[in-house]
Order: sequence, then structure tokens, then C-alpha cells
Amino acid sequence: MPRKIVQRFQVPFLQVLDEKGKVDPKLDPGLPDEDLVRLYEAMILAREADQRMLRLQRQGRIGTFGPATGQEAASVGPALAMGPRDWLVPSFREMGAMLMRGIPLSTILLYWGGWEEGNVFPEEARTLPIAVILASQVPHAVGLAYAERLRGEDAAVVAFFGDGSTSEGDFHEALNFAAVWKAPVVFVCQNNQWAISTPFEKQTASETIAQKAIAYGMPGIRVDGNDPLATYVAVRDALARARAGEGPTLVEALTYRLMMHTTADDPTRYRSDEQVKPWQRRDPLVRTRLLLEKRKLWDDEREAELRARCKETIDEAVKAYETWKPPRPDVPFDRVYATPPAELEAQRKEFLASLPGADAGKGVD
Amino acid sequence: MARMTMVQAINLALHQEMERDDSVLVLGQDVGVNEGVFRVTAGLLAKFGEPRVIDTPLAESAIVGTAIGMALGGLRPVAEIQFSGFALLALGQLEGNAARYRSRTCGQRGVPLVVRMPYGGGVRALEHHSESREAIFAHVPGLKVVIPSTPRTARALLAAAIRDPDPVIFMEPKKSYRAFREEVPEEPETMEIGRARIAREGNDLAVVSWGAMLRPTLAAVEQVEEARGVSIRVIDLLTISPLDRETLVRAVKETGRMVVVQEAPLSFGPASEIIATVNDEALLWLEAPVKRIASWDVNTPYFAREEAFFPGVERIRKGIEETLDF
Repeated sequence: MPRKIVQRFQVPFLQVLDEKGKVDPKLDPGLPDEDLVRLYEAMILAREADQRMLRLQRQGRIGTFGPATGQEAASVGPALAMGPRDWLVPSFREMGAMLMRGIPLSTILLYWGGWEEGNVFPEEARTLPIAVILASQVPHAVGLAYAERLRGEDAAVVAFFGDGSTSEGDFHEALNFAAVWKAPVVFVCQNNQWAISTPFEKQTASETIAQKAIAYGMPGIRVDGNDPLATYVAVRDALARARAGEGPTLVEALTYRLMMHTTADDPTRYRSDEQVKPWQRRDPLVRTRLLLEKRKLWDDEREAELRARCKETIDEAVKAYETWKPPRPDVPFDRVYATPPAELEAQRKEFLASLPGADAGKGVD
Repeated sequence: MARMTMVQAINLALHQEMERDDSVLVLGQDVGVNEGVFRVTAGLLAKFGEPRVIDTPLAESAIVGTAIGMALGGLRPVAEIQFSGFALLALGQLEGNAARYRSRTCGQRGVPLVVRMPYGGGVRALEHHSESREAIFAHVPGLKVVIPSTPRTARALLAAAIRDPDPVIFMEPKKSYRAFREEVPEEPETMEIGRARIAREGNDLAVVSWGAMLRPTLAAVEQVEEARGVSIRVIDLLTISPLDRETLVRAVKETGRMVVVQEAPLSFGPASEIIATVNDEALLWLEAPVKRIASWDVNTPYFAREEAFFPGVERIRKGIEETLDF
């Protein structure tokens, strides 16, 4: 038997909208004007909310926060491609997508403010909570997709994670299961090239994340993650494959974390401004606005009007968050099991009695 | 009624629950075509077909992780981990997600998941095939930990676990899989999770035991009763978490003496939690210190020497006598 090549692989790259706002006519998905505007508006709202939340954190009004500034296109493009019955399984830098799924900003503020109530989403948003153990949400997405198909639903699942998560066992196990099961799931890696201080080249010796798909027997594609049309097209096509029973796809959205990992992080310890600068020029918001202007869909007046609208939305959300009245302090005892066992009820009483100013055995409303 | 082994009884529960509820499905390594390495899942693939009986790739974390996703998607998965020693690879998913989803979402989303796993010694297999690590799971808020001791309790508790809205770790004493038979009713039967069973009535001392330790415990109790003319209560714990404190405390109040027999290593196990409960609620009723009879705090030896490390009839008998004589 001669030595021979049994398989060859290619890793495609997709960019539809370049940094100058020019669309490749052969790749243009032909989105209606209102969708183009929607993408832009969603990115501006996500950016404005991000920047406000950084200030709120500095003022002590929310806790540690992980911004997604510069990564908006990687999150809103896929969200636009999703149908209302599809599930979003986020990591923690998908505020743009979560807002598009109809999750109120005030709920997201509750989450970053340290309240579990920030994970209670409208059912129609079909979105799981933010995942903190990185990559642990990826097998959930696969199981959820399996469940949807078993119950005869047409829904698919879009799961997000970062480049760091692709080193976790759960990422690999989940991709393997999904491919074997041909589960209707789309994996979206927001490769922002940094896992706190660990750069992409120290995370993996692979040239791309996309090529990791090949080993599991599914297509992988790298897209310009700062191009909302590329992320939209890749996820739209992957969802079509999923719904057709052809199985999962891995979409690597190559982007860049322009800011700190979280507010607890100081990136000057491990990277220079010089490294960041080229990526600031690739800001997804800039190119999207240029596109809208070329298509006569946008001008300074509309921009001013949008920014004012976003400010109003955010002001209202912050107000709702800050005037939100927490439920009684012992609610965690209600939520461990569907029915609290006797021991937990006994501990609840002791907990309530331990609270400053509480009379023993008396509940607090 | 039919006389069944524990394997047959668990299998009966799986068949009946899958018939009763379309959302119940089974997944794990070798559970389909091979019907499980212990044949616990016999006949399921033939009857219910592939989408509901899944031979998974070899990855414990993903077996549990995908099962969590299925549960979030409205199904009631029963995941099998081939041996409990491998379940620790899924501990991240169990502690990090299954146990927390209800709290995390303020009750919006529960995880009705059962993770079955054979545990404990007695089948002369390789390393990691003989451990009793129930304490690891029982320490996690949000998980329930159930350990049946007989065919009938295994069947009834598994049915209850499958119907439970919360994640249940269902640990099967593999030494008891085929060791004896018991009458098991044909009609579906459940038992309440969190409730211990009085396996034998008695008033002079209470022995608490669970899983594969129940049989040597009963044998030792019979010897002591015969030799000394005393009556000894045997509590078959059945659920490790949530612990049936009421039954334990009542036993101390009514007998004044307690012995706990656990297959797991001595320290930080359920026996210690049982003693802490007695300390809190029935200290002044004690006529003697509560004795623990357990394995030693060593890594479970390989099978050639493991037997001597587990509590046997002789050690249990001595422990009971010492507690009676204190």
C-alpha cells in the first residue's frame, strides 16, 4: 500500500463589508434596508450601553463588568440571522445579541449588579443565562438542540464562546457530540484574541479556530468578526444547514477585545496601545455607518436622533435597575430545589433570625 | 409480583418510565446496542429506538452537559455513567450547572436530570471501579443523592428520581446488582426521595446503613440479637441528600444508641453528617457515643486486597457490641 493523502482540508474566510464600508457585490446577502439599519442601531445601543456600564462600575453602581466594545458585529449579525424559535446560548460578551432577543437592558444591569434576577429572561427571548464557567454552556447548547429535534421542533441553537474557551474540554466534547448527532446547533467563537492576558498564539498552536471543526467532521469558517454582514451570512447559512438536518457548523468570528477583559483587569500590564490601534481602525460601527451613508439610509441627523434614543433607553434601564426592589432576603432558600426539604426550611428560619434587626422566626417581606 | 435482581428492577423502572412519559430518554456509553455493561438498559433500544436511547461518545462531562441541555429543552434525560469513578469528570457540569440552574434562574429553569452510576466495591475490576464517593455529591446544594439497597427500593426510587423536578444522583450498589432477589410489584411504584426506611424494627440500638452495606449490617444485627437477646433497629437510609434527619433523631431518642455503617472512607462522609445531626438534636438521649464503621482513609486498594478494607460482618458486629456495652 503506498503512502498517500487520505484527506485534504480548506479553511474558508469570509468578509462581505470592508473597513471602508464597501460591500462585495458577489457576497452581498441583499438584506432589506430596515435590517441594515437594525444591525447598526443594535450595535450602537450595545456600544452605548457598554460605555455606560463601565461608568456605572467605576461609580460602584454595578459590579465587575466585561465589556464587548469592538465586538458588536460578532454578536448582532448572528442574532439577526436567528429565527424567533431559535435558542441563544450566550457566553458573557453577547449583550448586543441578548438585547436583540428582547432581553431588557434593565435585566442585564441586574445581572452585572449581582442579582440572579438578571438571569430571568422573557420566555420568548429563548435565551439561556450568561455562562461563567467558560465552555460549560457549549454541551448545553448541543443537548438543547437534540431536544428540539426530538420534539419535532424546527428550532436550532446558536452557542457563543470565546477563543479561550476552545482550550476547554467541554468545547471539544460538545463539538464531537454535536457532529456525531448531527445536532441543529451553530457554534460561534468570538475570537477576540485575548483570554485576559493570554494572547491567541499562546492559547492554541492552530492558525485558526475554524479549523478545529474539521477534526470533528463539521464545516468551519473564519469570518471577519467586525463585519456584521459576514457574521450574519455565516450564521444564516449554518442555521440553514442545521435545519436541513446536515448538522453543526463552527463559525469563528475574528475580532478584537479593544478594552479590558473586565473592569477588574488592567490590560496595560500585558499589551501596548500600539497593538490595539490597528483594531480600532477596524471598528465595526464605523464601516456599518459608511455603508448606510452610501445607501442613503443615514446622515448626521439620524445619527444624533439614534444616539439620543439610546441614551433615553439606557437612562430608563438604569432607573428601572436602581429602583428595582429586591424580594425578601431568604429567596435563595426557595430556589435550591422545587420544594425545599425540611432541613432547608429550618436553616431559612435561622438565617432570617440572624439578620440584623430581624426577630427570630419572623419573615421579612 | 416477580422476584427480581436489582438489575432487573432498575431495568423495569426504565421501561415503565419511558412508556409513561415520552420525554424520558436514556443516554450514556454502551447503553444502547450493548444494553449497558451490566445490562441495566436491556431492551430499551429495541423498544424505544435510537432518538430516545443514545449510545454516546466516551466523555462523561458531555454526557452530563448535553443531558442538562436536554433537560432545559423539556426532556427528562437519564444519563448513565458507566462507573461512578468516572463521574468526577462530570463534576464540573453537576456542581457548576445542574445543581445551580434553578437558583441561577430564580426558579425559571430547573434541570430534571437523573445521573445513574454503579458505585462501590465487589466486582473485581480495575482502579476507579470500587469507590463510594456519595459525600462529594451530597455536599453540593441543589443535587439529591439516592442510594437504593434492594431491588424493590431501586425500582421505586429510580421511578421517583425520573419524575423529580431536580437533578438526582442515583448511585447503584453494583455488588448488590445480582447478589439477591426480591419481590417487585408489576405495577409502577415510587418511594419518596428523602425518606429512610426501617429495614428492621428494634429498641436497644439503631444501625444506619445504605447501599451494599445493608446486607452485612443485617447479618451482623442478626448475630448480635441472637447472641444477646437484644432488639436492634436497622435504618436503610436510601437518600443521602436530603438527609432524613427526623428518622435518625427519632431512632436515637427511642434507642439511645447508634452505629453508622458506611462503605466510604471514614472521614467527612455521610456518617459524620449523621453524627452531627444527632449532636444537634438528640445529644442528651445518647447512652453511648455514636460509632462509625467505615472504610479507611486510604485510596481504595486494587481488587486483590480491597475486600479487607470494606466494613464486613465481623467489624460491624464488634462495633454494635461495643456500643451496646459502653
